[in-house]
Amino acid sequence: MHQWMRKSGTIVNHFKSLLLVTNNLSSWRSYSFVKRCQFAASFAHNLPVADGDFINSSTHFCSRRFESVKAEKMANNVDDNQALKLPEGKVKFTPKLRFISETADERECCYRVLDENGNQISSSNYVEVSKEVAIKMYTDMVTLQTMDTIFYEAQRQGRISFYLTAVGEEAINIASAAALTIDDVVFPQYREAGVLLWRGFTIQEFANQCFSNKADYGKGRQMPIHYGSNKHNYVTVASTVATQLPQAVGAAYSLKMEKQDACAIAYVGDGGTSEGDFHAALNFAAVTEAPVIFFCRNNGWAISTPTSDQFRSDGVVVKGRAYGVRSIRVDGNDALAVYSAVHAARDMAIREQRPILIEALTYRVGHHSTSDDSTKYRPVEEIEWWKMERDPVTRFRKWMENNSWWSDKAELEARNSARKQILHAIQEAEKVDKPPLADIFTDVYDSPPSHLCEQEKLLREAIKRHPQDYPSDVPL
Amino acid sequence: MGLRRFGRLVKWVGGNGRRPFSTSSSSSSSCDEMMVQQIASGKSLNLYSAINQALHIALETDPRTYVFGEDVSFGGVFRCTTGLADQFGKQRVFNTPLCEQGIVGFGIGLAAMGNRAVAEIQFADYIFPAFDQIVNEAAKFRYRSGNQFNCGGLTIRSPYGAVGHGGHYHSQSPEAFFCHAPGIKVVIPRSPRQAKGLLLSCIRDPNPVVFFEPKWLYRLSVEEVPEHDYMLPLSEAEIIQEGNDITLVGWGAQLSIMEQACKDAEKDGISCELIDLRTLLPWDKETVEASVRKTGRLLISHEAPVTGGFGAEISASIVERCFLRLEAPVARVCGLDTPFPLVFEPFYMPNKNKILDAIKSTVNY
Repeated sequence: MHQWMRKSGTIVNHFKSLLLVTNNLSSWRSYSFVKRCQFAASFAHNLPVADGDFINSSTHFCSRRFESVKAEKMANNVDDNQALKLPEGKVKFTPKLRFISETADERECCYRVLDENGNQISSSNYVEVSKEVAIKMYTDMVTLQTMDTIFYEAQRQGRISFYLTAVGEEAINIASAAALTIDDVVFPQYREAGVLLWRGFTIQEFANQCFSNKADYGKGRQMPIHYGSNKHNYVTVASTVATQLPQAVGAAYSLKMEKQDACAIAYVGDGGTSEGDFHAALNFAAVTEAPVIFFCRNNGWAISTPTSDQFRSDGVVVKGRAYGVRSIRVDGNDALAVYSAVHAARDMAIREQRPILIEALTYRVGHHSTSDDSTKYRPVEEIEWWKMERDPVTRFRKWMENNSWWSDKAELEARNSARKQILHAIQEAEKVDKPPLADIFTDVYDSPPSHLCEQEKLLREAIKRHPQDYPSDVPL
Repeated sequence: MGLRRFGRLVKWVGGNGRRPFSTSSSSSSSCDEMMVQQIASGKSLNLYSAINQALHIALETDPRTYVFGEDVSFGGVFRCTTGLADQFGKQRVFNTPLCEQGIVGFGIGLAAMGNRAVAEIQFADYIFPAFDQIVNEAAKFRYRSGNQFNCGGLTIRSPYGAVGHGGHYHSQSPEAFFCHAPGIKVVIPRSPRQAKGLLLSCIRDPNPVVFFEPKWLYRLSVEEVPEHDYMLPLSEAEIIQEGNDITLVGWGAQLSIMEQACKDAEKDGISCELIDLRTLLPWDKETVEASVRKTGRLLISHEAPVTGGFGAEISASIVERCFLRLEAPVARVCGLDTPFPLVFEPFYMPNKNKILDAIKSTVNY
């Protein structure tokens, strides 16, 4: 993982130099509002306006900053008699009885780099991805797809109790992970196994967790797909929705206080944005100026609830502004767009010590989980269209092929290799013992208190009396 | 002697005795100055000043300690965080938005990174928006990760209990809810000296702790508090008065009421053994059991409603262990099974004479 990031270091540096505008701006923070605004305004005027190059990319990412600076200036230039003075600044009076519209005139745009055929859109600005990184991105997407297919099937055969795929969201998983470094702390929801895969969690480690054997780091206590890995800075998944978001803010605050060159990133689905914790987290992050990225996978469905029953706002991206959080909407099926957005977000989050909200538009092509049949609540044609026409893996592959970085032969090899590895991992995981009985009682606290020791003793006596009541594959 | 164990209950020292949790006022700030002087000269302290001292020591002894919550920056509505932001900076002692689930969630994340996060929930009555973060997140953080991650550095402080005029939402004692969540510890001190030592233990304990502070005693309870850094053990009950006829178990502010009942019972020749449980989860069953084996009788008293209160747990456990030794049914003198009622508070409360009557009927059973 480290190795991959180092290899892409040149690109990072290239991009950093192009974000110079932002750097300069932050170093001007101590100046008065007026000075800052003059500086910002004059700088903005002098920026080149050519499309399609990186210079423009930097202007794009900075323009929002300029807007907000201008807004401050406007409010603060107002005559005192025509404004209400509040602790956080002046608010202009108006004689008009006018309500703010519940919607903007136009929906917020969706940033993309690749079209449906994997062709780079000529005017797009994006962070360049090297051949090496691109190949790892693509092969990890293939591995994730293959793992999902085989593990899903293993559940159907009754070999594991539960599974949940990321089908349709492979680009979000892998490209967002690729744009981060291993020092960035991940607070996942539960559909981001690809982030962990990118970081080097092995297929065997995935299989051990799903098969609840003694090699599972979670000691068989949680359902399949509840992965976690300390060494990969990937906080253990919980089934609870959105609770990880305020936690990510606290972790980011720690990174800020320790002056780390890292951020926290929390993933959440569209449904999760209705939870109180989402709103708590955005607000806390803005107020504490924490370097955290909120990555919302808006895949259209929260189990069977469509986004139209979830919220009436223009999706999720617009919620950022209400909390004072900078935001962007991105095509979640465009790996290059996701990569660029997360890369820029990370840079701003750390450099400017601020939260960023990313809304990735995508579609949950799979069922919610193995306990769900989504054809009961959505048309099969819709699922098929997303699967065939908008598949993020195919789109990225086309771009790779356009660059002559990928071939049919490589494709065949990658898929065969992934398949072999995964089947082998399943066979191995099945052979490994379940975790020992003692693991019920450890880790509730740092050490077992007396009442748990007593309960363990009683349980062992009960097992001795009625061994037939208990699974025989758990070592006593 | 007995009084010292709880601290002296002094007359209200603030300007407005009717509103101890008022967020305002010049009267409380002059009081603060007085308390600060007392800290400096090492004289006796009230409970909120003892908490303040503990927080001070925690911040001073570990640079990775943070104190935060609603209105914490200016000293908190009960003045427990007075002067801390000035001394340790607004990055380590700070206000948060008014959002309990955010406060606890933030604290879990901070603690998971190896910090000591001391979160204040302004009143225990308002802890419920954070219930999910406490019960599903903090309590299970270590277990669900197979000890790869933990938030053991988290301590949630919150004032609880009756205060004479708090009505529904400034009076509740929600400790039993949290005693049903394996993975957290629940601690309640009875006096300033206890509060300081127990709070420092909680902050430094490698497990998440909910620490309920008896708000009625913030200013009323005063005792000598050692100035130095000291800790009192968790999950160890303390026998604060030895006796032979009946065991009384309680925690927090209720102990001073129980002590009065003990004194009156003594006049009738009844010798009571009074135990401060101090930690409710995981609780010290052994000390209570040993006491009941000696006295043969048990009375539990708490302000929280009797049904499903922690007294029920103690009662059941002791009946399991001491059935043949018990000479009377276990008595519970607790709050009524109603919401906490403002003008009816004197009726709701498990007062001295309700306890005294229960002592007598248990002993004479």
